[in-house]
Amino acid sequence: MRRGSGGEHYAPGVEARPSKPLLDEEFSDLYRSHLRDVYSYAYYRVGNHHDAEDITEQTFLQAYRHFERAKRESDGRPLRPWLIRIAHNLAANHYRDRSRRPQTNLEDATRLSAVHTTEDVVEGREELAAILDGVAALPDDRRDALIMRFALDMDNREIARALGRSEGATKVLLHRAIRQLEGSLEAGDGHE
Amino acid sequence: MSDLERRLRFALAPVEPPMALTDRFERTLTELTDAAVEELADTELRAMRDPRNWARPAAAVLVGGVAGGTLLVVQARQRRRRPRGLRGLERRVRETAGSAIKAVRR
Repeated sequence: MRRGSGGEHYAPGVEARPSKPLLDEEFSDLYRSHLRDVYSYAYYRVGNHHDAEDITEQTFLQAYRHFERAKRESDGRPLRPWLIRIAHNLAANHYRDRSRRPQTNLEDATRLSAVHTTEDVVEGREELAAILDGVAALPDDRRDALIMRFALDMDNREIARALGRSEGATKVLLHRAIRQLEGSLEAGDGHE
Repeated sequence: MSDLERRLRFALAPVEPPMALTDRFERTLTELTDAAVEELADTELRAMRDPRNWARPAAAVLVGGVAGGTLLVVQARQRRRRPRGLRGLERRVRETAGSAIKAVRR
């Protein structure tokens, strides 16, 4: 992939802006690199494939519209937190518009069979379901932080950027989310 | 990593997006980029079809015309101030003679 560091990649212009074909090529790379991240985040947020597909598509359409500015303002930092932030806002609007809550339970069977081996599912089905229910029952910010950390493998700095918080606040948020989930699992609240 | 964190990583395994989504979005993206290229090519033409966009070129013509006219007037005035005929010849002789006398005195 050409990252646009050389002058030959840019069309002649007053401010040496990246050319349209180069931007499109870079956006395609971004899309291919992070489609799974955005989809995974959307899926664990909304709990069903249909809405996850919708949010993923909207996320990338919105990202395409603002890609040039985001690249300019990112100052070379990775754009994944920016993408996840878009998905995060769209998911929040999704709930607000339709007055919904996450529906993780609805497609547990599909999800478990899609991402785990049959043996895993047989052995740990109840435990997995309990954890997913526990995550879904957490307050929004704690749930989102856990999804970003464990499904997307984002570090504290990335999560902080995606949630618009400081790294310190993010570390505390994750700690509290894990403690709360641990408490609810021990109490048996997570799984009915 | 604690036991709960290990279980969380296992439970929240990444989910592969359906192929249909990938195909659909890549089609959408292709359509968008094609549309953007066409739009760019048509921008100038469309802009000139809209009378609201005529103000700037009209102003440029007006400003250019005024500047050209002003230049002509200034040149005409300069020509008018320069004496012609015998009076002009007399003045030029006086000026030349004056310069020569000054040079000799030095």
